[in-house]
Amino acid sequence: MGVKLLLDKANVPGIRTYEVYRREGGYRSVEKALKEMNPESIVEEVKKSGLRGRGGAGFPTGMKWSFIAKPEGVPRHLVCNADESEPGTFKDRYLMEFIPHLLLEGLIVSSFALGANDTYIYIRGEYAWITDILEEAIHEAKANGWLGKNILGTGFECNIHVQRGAGAYICGEETALIESLEGKRGNPRIKPPFPAIQGLWQRPTVVNNVETLAAIVPIINMGGEEYAKIGVGRSTGTKLISACGNINKPGVYEIDMTISVEEFIYSDEYCGGIKGGKQLKACIPGGSSVPILPANLLLKTATGETRYMNYESLSDGGFATGSMLGSGGFIVLDEDQCIVKNTLTLARFYRHESCGQCSPCREGTGWMEKILHKIEHGHGSIADIDLLWDIQRKIEGNTICPLGDAAAWPVAAAIRHFRDEFEWHINNPVLSQTSNFGLQHYADPIHVPA
Amino acid sequence: MTYTFNETQMAELNRLVARYPEGKQKSALLPALHLAQDSFDGWLPTELMDYIASLLKIEPIEVYEVASFYSMFNLKPVGKFIFEVCQTGPCMISGSDDIIGYIQEKLAIKPGETTKDGVFTLKLVECLGACGYAPMMQVGKIFREHLTKEKVDSIIAEYRATVTN
Repeated sequence: MGVKLLLDKANVPGIRTYEVYRREGGYRSVEKALKEMNPESIVEEVKKSGLRGRGGAGFPTGMKWSFIAKPEGVPRHLVCNADESEPGTFKDRYLMEFIPHLLLEGLIVSSFALGANDTYIYIRGEYAWITDILEEAIHEAKANGWLGKNILGTGFECNIHVQRGAGAYICGEETALIESLEGKRGNPRIKPPFPAIQGLWQRPTVVNNVETLAAIVPIINMGGEEYAKIGVGRSTGTKLISACGNINKPGVYEIDMTISVEEFIYSDEYCGGIKGGKQLKACIPGGSSVPILPANLLLKTATGETRYMNYESLSDGGFATGSMLGSGGFIVLDEDQCIVKNTLTLARFYRHESCGQCSPCREGTGWMEKILHKIEHGHGSIADIDLLWDIQRKIEGNTICPLGDAAAWPVAAAIRHFRDEFEWHINNPVLSQTSNFGLQHYADPIHVPA
Repeated sequence: MTYTFNETQMAELNRLVARYPEGKQKSALLPALHLAQDSFDGWLPTELMDYIASLLKIEPIEVYEVASFYSMFNLKPVGKFIFEVCQTGPCMISGSDDIIGYIQEKLAIKPGETTKDGVFTLKLVECLGACGYAPMMQVGKIFREHLTKEKVDSIIAEYRATVTN
């Protein structure tokens, strides 16, 4: 059993309620932070912890916090990004649904560290029942003196508000989220200015993911240095992984980032192996935006090293032979899955979710979907593969926000590693409608050149 | 048609607006549109959007441009229950195609259509964050997960019963 810092109490009956959560040691970090520490020392502890943003980008949280501007007389805000919408990702939902007070506890401490009195949780609109759970938890916390004016007699005021989105993946991008919170379309802003300088209502704002803010609780309780001892290298602490696809035990797992990908997929403690005893074909290890990897490059790196479930190891080899830990949305595909079809559904997703501001993304995502649709339905030509490659290259890096990159990478990786499957589809327009290319060589051991 | 919130709905709107600083009442637009859609017929006719604009003291166009951006706001009439079935990658590799086909067959409608009796609308949606519990669909406020044909049968019967009784 690995170390658990966030989900260690997840199975305690009634942990969703304030009473049980408090009895199990909840809200201790608020006592410690407000009574024994000050905002600067909290930011220091977070820096020491090495915590990196858990939403997908992996930016150091302590550093992000230290950027917040503090102009005289201007209120500052903390915004919790609960717009979890990256295909394959459902970890924040689990945390909020079952241990809502852990998020609130992290939010109170973080708000204190940032000097924010009004904090907003922006939750995806479809998580409507979780909004009710959070509202109830806020009500309980307030009734017990953890929210409102003069918390623990320290004079610190903190109010937490929950706002539902209304179905837009783009609102997970922090500036689009801020626009949405202001009652506008979710069009990302051009940076700079960064939210830390001009964010919500042009006030200094920090936007952090749910899991990131929950991790503040163990960091304050155990100290940043102790937290940093868990994990490996720059992958400190624990990470929630939401595993799905063709595996025996889909679900949310907390890992300490020292386990191998092979162990994560095959051990009974985690995914429990491939469903129906089939072979592993491919995996998208960090949410739909990150590059898909064939089985052989997933379990071992191109140089034959064991691949581990952490930031550095999953990205070993760059995009040529590696991928990313991303949001921790771990999608497993078995031997019967079609890479062309899977890529088509992701291309359709990004076309649907593009906000339409930047031409390369607005037009390019539509073109990619149409071409993939053609190939999938037996009307493609070999030149289409090169055209797809060309389009994705022209989207990447040419848009205001990272949605363009997120749409380009899955298509690029699919062609990079599975080009022969695309060619087979095109050369067998009739056969490909009723059968799959299958596993082929994707599970073969990698031959490392001498 | 003109729309007016009753006392409870108006109290809820005021609670929503109070969460934002003075003069920033436009921030309550998304929650206000959810409230409006849920309070009336499950969709947002122009008159209803105009009403929300007047309550939040903003221009009608500011409401239209937001309502048309977000996929959860319906700009056309819908059935009493909307089956929003996820079709994105993780659901697709877990068999969502079969479920979508089966629902179409059972309700005799295509995606985007509503049954003649006005009870069900079928809508295909993109990832709802239930990938580990696929295939799935959202109906109202709740997620129906681990769908099978048998489960679809019982869900349809369950909602139909609430209408006929």
